[in-house]
Amino acid sequence: MVIPLSWYLILAAALFSIGFFGVLARRNAVAVLMGVELMLNAVNINLLAFWRAIHPAELTGQIFAIFVLTVAAAEAAVGLALIISIYRSRRTIQVDALDLMKG
Amino acid sequence: MNALDILQLLSPELILALTGFVVVSVDLAMRRRDEGRTAATIALLGLGGALVATLLLAFAGTSTVEAFTLAIDPYSLFFKALAIVSVGLVILASISFMRGKSRYLGEYYALLVFAALAISLAVSATNLVMVYLGIEFLSITSYILASYFRQDLRSQEAGVKYFLYGAVAGAVMLYGISLLYGATGSVDLATVGALFSAEGDQRLLGIAAIILLLAGFGFKASLVPFHQWAPDTYEGAPTPITAFLSTASKAAGFAVAGRVFMVALPNLVADWTAILGSLAILSMTLGNLVALKQTNLKRLLAYSSIAQAGYIVLGLAALNPGGDFDGVGGLLIYLLAYLFTNIGAFLVVMAIEQHSGSVDLAAYNGLIKRAPALALWMTLFLLSLAGIPPLAGFFGKFFVFAAVVERNLLTLAAIAAVNAVVAAFYYLNIVRAMFFVESEEQKPVSVAAGLSAALAISGIMVLVIGIAAQPFITWISRSVEMVLVSGM
Repeated sequence: MVIPLSWYLILAAALFSIGFFGVLARRNAVAVLMGVELMLNAVNINLLAFWRAIHPAELTGQIFAIFVLTVAAAEAAVGLALIISIYRSRRTIQVDALDLMKG
Repeated sequence: MNALDILQLLSPELILALTGFVVVSVDLAMRRRDEGRTAATIALLGLGGALVATLLLAFAGTSTVEAFTLAIDPYSLFFKALAIVSVGLVILASISFMRGKSRYLGEYYALLVFAALAISLAVSATNLVMVYLGIEFLSITSYILASYFRQDLRSQEAGVKYFLYGAVAGAVMLYGISLLYGATGSVDLATVGALFSAEGDQRLLGIAAIILLLAGFGFKASLVPFHQWAPDTYEGAPTPITAFLSTASKAAGFAVAGRVFMVALPNLVADWTAILGSLAILSMTLGNLVALKQTNLKRLLAYSSIAQAGYIVLGLAALNPGGDFDGVGGLLIYLLAYLFTNIGAFLVVMAIEQHSGSVDLAAYNGLIKRAPALALWMTLFLLSLAGIPPLAGFFGKFFVFAAVVERNLLTLAAIAAVNAVVAAFYYLNIVRAMFFVESEEQKPVSVAAGLSAALAISGIMVLVIGIAAQPFITWISRSVEMVLVSGM
């Protein structure tokens, strides 16, 4: 049995929403980053499902997904470095502790 | 197209990439002995070369040529020149400003050059994959630059906030891109534009994609409601980086949004102009109202730049191909004027910050007695931001407002006009502090050579664009024709 495209899209939309909820609800910077990774992987499912359903002969969707993975890794590297520098001076990575600037 | 042609078409990007690598290597070889002066010099030479290459391509009358997934057309060349000039001015001012504040200045200059490269790639992208890569390249370099003072709590906070907002905005934009790909099976902007219709379900999908994409573009351009990072990041980041983020990086957001919407979604033009129009109202109003009560000048200019983003996006919201004022032309003129004006204002902030260590409005009291030249430059920039003729900012506002009126969007025009008056109030408040408020401090302000050079360039350009606007307008209308012809 072939799994229809819509199932993949629903899975991706659910994953994206869970990731977005994580971003909004979590206070720990690393957990926020994990939410972002979920959102990016939801996009990857979308890209691959569309690629499989529409143009399996062209590799566009697959290559796009590989680019997304690569950029996500680079972004996580920079993000974790920033979080470590925060941790070194404040001993916390709670995002609501970042309140020096307001207004 | 043979290899030599491609090399020539991509020469700005190649020069920028090469410069970035040379700056890093030279800095390594110098073992950080001269506080980054060599690195900055090489970076400036490279940027100069890239600017010459860009202008040569622009004046050679290149029409739309595609090399790989990059369009070398007047539209992209205009934004490349803008980005290179902006980064050049920022580096010129950084030489004295950053000295002694960080041990890693070679990388700082290299990252700025790479940021210019990222903008060049993003603004010429004709392919959704390239759009994504360009924007993320720019974002990642900007995150590092915003938190460049690693020991400084505020700079750290600026970087982390920018990163968290940026990562989410990037992911949301990417979801929108995946929807466009799914609807058409192509990632090429022109093919998406040809296949995407405005009927039934596709229109709903298109509107969803527009909103998702706007999260990414609006984040770069700091449009309400994607602006929350801007005040904190602008305040905490090193001031030269704030100047960069508020001009070149913002321009990149508008450039990419303009190309993607005009080329990939021409059938939904009524929908995205309406959405952009409402974002314009929100940005102008919120930015100006909150700016009124700011006393930290970097924060005030942050809110002012959110409000300015609202005026700028009016150009796209009032898109009017074939009209006397086509909207996009207004957007480009506005961004050109805004580049020199806003960088100029931040250069004065840097000079005062170097002198007194403060960015509070109180540090500007009685500036006319202590540093008449600085006070006069600042007045020029603030008047241009307020849009007072005959300065550069006036022409930006004039062309954008004219397009809005020509499209008969009178409510939008009225709200924009009221906002311009509100904004004049807080700009003139700074002028009042500089001229009419006495200060206890009497020590004259000394300005470093690089910073005064950058200040003079920005100030003269604000005057030149204001007084002799015609050549700029001619160049810009040519850029607009090209992109409108290819898109609609």
